[in-house]
Amino acid sequence: MHFDLTDDQKEIRRVARELLAARSSWARVREAAEAGAAYDEGLWRELCGLGWPGIAVSEEFGGQGLGAVELAVLLEELGYACAATPFLSSAAAAAAIEACGSEEQRARWLAALAAGEATAGIGTRALCADGVGAAVLVLLERPSGEALLVSGAECAPLETIDPTRRYATVSGGDAEPLGGRGGAGAVAAADRVRAAVAAEVVGVAQRALEMTLAYVKERRQFGVPVGAFQAVQNRCAQMLLDVESARSTALFAAWAADAAPERLPEAAALAAAAAADGGRAVAASAIQAHGGIGFTWEADVHWLYKRAQLDAALLGGARRHRAMLASLAAARVAQATYS
Amino acid sequence: MDLTFSAEETAFRDELRAWLAANPAGAPPHGDEDAHYGWRRDWQRRLADAGWAAVHWPREHGGRGATLTQSAIYYEELAAAGAPLPANVLGLLLAGPTIMTWGTPEQQERHLVPILTAEEIWCQGFSEPDAGSDLAALKTRAVQDGEEWVITGQKVWTSMAQYAKWCMLVARTDPDAPKKHQGLTYFLLDMEQDGVEVVPLKQITGESEFNELFLDGARVPAANVLGGVGNGWKVALTTLMNERSGLAFFLQVRMRQLLDQLIGEAAERGLMEDPVVADRLGELHLRCEVLRLTAYRGLTAIETYGQPGPEGSLTKWMWSDTNQALTQLAADLLGPEALTAGAPWAFELLRARGNSIEGGTTEVLKNIVAERVLGLPRLK
Repeated sequence: MHFDLTDDQKEIRRVARELLAARSSWARVREAAEAGAAYDEGLWRELCGLGWPGIAVSEEFGGQGLGAVELAVLLEELGYACAATPFLSSAAAAAAIEACGSEEQRARWLAALAAGEATAGIGTRALCADGVGAAVLVLLERPSGEALLVSGAECAPLETIDPTRRYATVSGGDAEPLGGRGGAGAVAAADRVRAAVAAEVVGVAQRALEMTLAYVKERRQFGVPVGAFQAVQNRCAQMLLDVESARSTALFAAWAADAAPERLPEAAALAAAAAADGGRAVAASAIQAHGGIGFTWEADVHWLYKRAQLDAALLGGARRHRAMLASLAAARVAQATYS
Repeated sequence: MDLTFSAEETAFRDELRAWLAANPAGAPPHGDEDAHYGWRRDWQRRLADAGWAAVHWPREHGGRGATLTQSAIYYEELAAAGAPLPANVLGLLLAGPTIMTWGTPEQQERHLVPILTAEEIWCQGFSEPDAGSDLAALKTRAVQDGEEWVITGQKVWTSMAQYAKWCMLVARTDPDAPKKHQGLTYFLLDMEQDGVEVVPLKQITGESEFNELFLDGARVPAANVLGGVGNGWKVALTTLMNERSGLAFFLQVRMRQLLDQLIGEAAERGLMEDPVVADRLGELHLRCEVLRLTAYRGLTAIETYGQPGPEGSLTKWMWSDTNQALTQLAADLLGPEALTAGAPWAFELLRARGNSIEGGTTEVLKNIVAERVLGLPRLK
């Protein structure tokens, strides 16, 4: 039992944090957002040059041959930076195709995605992140929980409240189950995508917490930092609890994806439910703790709030995951009772 | 990152599981609190005979030198087997480790074995009517009289005092010390004497788990000072630091069992089809799993860095909140049946109110998180 990142994974995190601090400042994110999710082509090229999109793709296809935990580490850092890149969609799609795709699907998409020569979109037909211009989409079809691989679809730009990322609606296209005909692979692929989104939310929430702590230590009212007031402190403590809850479950899901796939359905549902609600709650608290400033366009916490909202939507909301967890727990209880 | 148990941890778990299967604690006696306690005391003797009473103690003192993870496994397995906590849990978790840290060779020789075998039960005399969360405000006085100390004052929330031979007692020996946490001394108080009176405290469940402890000229020989006169705050911190490590896993499994029971009863009534019910039960399942995972992260942090990470301060708060939500939902779903006097769910509902108070109130835990983990300033 060692429930923490390895030294190598911590090193990946350190490098990513430093790089993004230098290349994806709030000024840069704001610039991209105000120009309507004008992704920073230079930053994206740089990330591709470092091999990030293919971090969980095997070396056979030009990837780095690492796993879901390393991907989660990068996603957390990109979420922390609220970076305006198509990284989440491309890397999550590549990881899902790598782990669950058929030979043909892997051969067709992985090399281009790993190299950044092609990008992917993820989501649903009603809300697809990075669909416009994507070569392939991984769509999570609601009722069955399966992931579909869709190419040749028509993607219409959808302007959402989160201008740090490009979204689209999807129509048409050739759809096939990811990993063959309706097998467990297609469900596992969807779980991997959700685990990836949940990992990004951990970074978003962590940043919201850190910005809040810095602000309430600095901002003074009644002659003291507002962070000395217990009402503010309690809010911050609750934010930490929500961040760490999301982190515990996101790490569990990333670990399960590679090391214990039989536990992934539950782990992904835990991570999705914790991230969908927790991310929004933490980011909302960040706005509140910033007071009037937090409600302004100038204070960058709103980018995090908006990203948390859209990530929750990409996850399909917390409720369906809680329903899945309830039925899973009920099935276990029934099995224990009748066996 | 590896969330599986190592071969050594698995072997430990399997050995314990096999022993528990072959040596069940049996069903608890009903109704009588004394009989219930006697049952736990017998249970601890059996654990001690087989070397399972204090796995976290070093081998030289009769433990197994268990790692933190093994200790967590121990409490999980105990709870999973439906076994109770050993009767002398305060001795095993608090008094024993504190005496190992601060005690003289004579004190260790005298006290550790009877703690292990439940021959001598321990209670904890820290809290007072005006010193709960603010422990350093305690007023119980100890005055030196030759080779003895004479103790006068009142303690409260003293669980197991009615069965205890010994009490971990913190008293003020220097009322003129410049700061209130100075001038305190930690005593090993013999409960069997005239100056000690134990009065049961009836709690909202109608039971009496706790007591008030009245000290009126109780005497402690100088040899029973632990860690030196005036050093009581530091020694008490050792006791408090031990308090929440292993138990969390026992409580976590117990809560899981309670949730499974509620899910079973909800299913019997056809309530799982109700999406609102499923949503609330799904949320509780999530919170139970978050607690379990976060507790394991905390173990890894302590094993790696020697101290808990930011997540370490959260688990007790998570547990008490979740247990309260769980027992309240039971009352929602099961209705009057869960509110009938003497019903197990009614007991759980009422008992859960104490969870966010005992062992550190949620308010104080939040303050600790804010100040020590998040580094927020303290209001002067």
